[in-house]
Amino acid sequence: MTTATAPRPVGDHAVRSAPAQRASRRAVVRFTRRLPARLLILVLLIVVVYPLVWLFLGSLKSQYDYLNTPSYTLPAHWMWGNYKAAWVTGDLGLYIRNSVTAVFPSLILVIVLGSAAGFALQVMKWRLSRPVTLLFLAGIMVPSQMILLPLFTIYFQVGLTGSLWPLIITYTGTGLPLTVFMMATYFRAVPREVIDAAAIDGAGIFRVFFSVALPMMRGAILTVALTQFFFMWNDLLVALTFTNSNNLRTVQVGLLNFTGQFGAIEYGPLFAAICITVLGTLVLFTALNRQVMKGLTGGAVKG
Amino acid sequence: MNEFLGNKRAILTLVGPALLIYTAVMLVPVFWSAGYSLTSGNAITGYHFVGLANFRELVSDPNVSTALWFTVRYAVVLTIGQVVAGYLLALFYVFFLRRASALIRTLLFFPIVLPTVAVALMFQNLFSIAPINGPVNSLLIAVGYHAIDWFGSAGNAFWIIIIMDIWRSMGFYAVLLYAGLINIPESTIEAARIDGATRLRLVRHIVLPLSFPVLLSALIFSINGTLKVFDSILALTNGGPGNATTPLTLYMFNTSFSYDEYGYGATIALLLTIICLVVTLALYRWSRVGGEAAAQ
Repeated sequence: MTTATAPRPVGDHAVRSAPAQRASRRAVVRFTRRLPARLLILVLLIVVVYPLVWLFLGSLKSQYDYLNTPSYTLPAHWMWGNYKAAWVTGDLGLYIRNSVTAVFPSLILVIVLGSAAGFALQVMKWRLSRPVTLLFLAGIMVPSQMILLPLFTIYFQVGLTGSLWPLIITYTGTGLPLTVFMMATYFRAVPREVIDAAAIDGAGIFRVFFSVALPMMRGAILTVALTQFFFMWNDLLVALTFTNSNNLRTVQVGLLNFTGQFGAIEYGPLFAAICITVLGTLVLFTALNRQVMKGLTGGAVKG
Repeated sequence: MNEFLGNKRAILTLVGPALLIYTAVMLVPVFWSAGYSLTSGNAITGYHFVGLANFRELVSDPNVSTALWFTVRYAVVLTIGQVVAGYLLALFYVFFLRRASALIRTLLFFPIVLPTVAVALMFQNLFSIAPINGPVNSLLIAVGYHAIDWFGSAGNAFWIIIIMDIWRSMGFYAVLLYAGLINIPESTIEAARIDGATRLRLVRHIVLPLSFPVLLSALIFSINGTLKVFDSILALTNGGPGNATTPLTLYMFNTSFSYDEYGYGATIALLLTIICLVVTLALYRWSRVGGEAAAQ
């Protein structure tokens, strides 16, 4: 190796000092060592992101454009009208309204009833709390197919078909097992001393639940609510079974039958409709991704 | 204090409503549906008792064996696929990206929250051959291969379903397994490294056994979910071509709601439920035994 230690003029790029040379070689080594990892990241990003970009570009193309130009090209004319066509002609606006009407009441019911039950099962002391917990747990295993036919028969005989009530009732019932179970797990983290202290101060059990335990669970409730929201919002089986007319279709059912609204496949509006549904979840996920990830994986480990 | 937390009326008020709805919407219908399997008919025409006729049909119905075989194949292949892909990603996060992995973890997780129908419609067009070649076929042609009719044959359609589901779920399983991997103490890995363990041996002898419990819960979750698959297949292939990609869930749905045979549909649902129950319980027991063996 060079032993030249004579001072060189600063800024001489032709010949560099030994430490600098060593440093640059180290940089090269580091770069090549990191290269596979970086390439892998790039590939993963392309695999996940590119289909969505392609989808978005497709949503802005005219039918002619989509069918006659390569898939990676930009739209010849940016057809923002596709979004209006999807929303109005494609009835997506109606479907989203239906989904909101069905999902949010169910979500509120599931959270209120689920956290109350979780509290009673985890914090309160009674003989049957363990068997009842197991009873709820069993519901996680049961496939929805096993309850559809009796429910359909009941809803039909009671005259609920033709409304969104069957969806609200079914979502509430099927959402409860996992909610109760997750809530019970989270209530375990509430320190016993806090509850004891509130009781000694003379608070009744309901006050302890509403004013002491629930406020401590805000994070957990958001996590569980997000998990249930995605399950209900993305549900297809229940919605398909209990919606018998176009006026009742939820987003997923509407999207499934979307091409029918136009007679033939209109790619622009179809892609626009997919984009709108993707965008909704994207916004929610971007804002609350930590809670979503915690909730969905937490549900998996416990379920 | 015990009196305070043992207040019977309070317990009933808190747990009662949830238990009531859960019982009415899930528990009772499960047994009711099991009862339907002894009948023939539907909600509109009414039901009449036929004894074990549905079960005799179930055993001899070639569609059931096709659906069952598809369900098993799908569950096994996809479970291996998504758990392995997720585990490799998780290893990548932990050992290569370290703290820099938050953003990519979040990005790769995203597809699991997308509506399944939207994803399925997207994949239909990504892999389309008519009226135009989708991006995948275009790419094949660009590299000198020929376009493939992905949904035309049973074999291809099966793999598109698998590819789509791995695309959706690998980031989810990566995060799930990542949580187990970062719990492995740094000192354990450092000690093995100092002892001269190569990367592969490190994974094989230290990381794999220590992350065994979380791998098992991922496995159980995956099997349980894949046995119940419905949305993604209905929206992507609708069970076709023919009934080549029809799982039990979809066959039950079609029998009940396309052919209005609720009695037979309930019988298929019962078969599905028993399979889910047996497999989950077996895995759960095995995981306890296996977990203890791995811990030693």
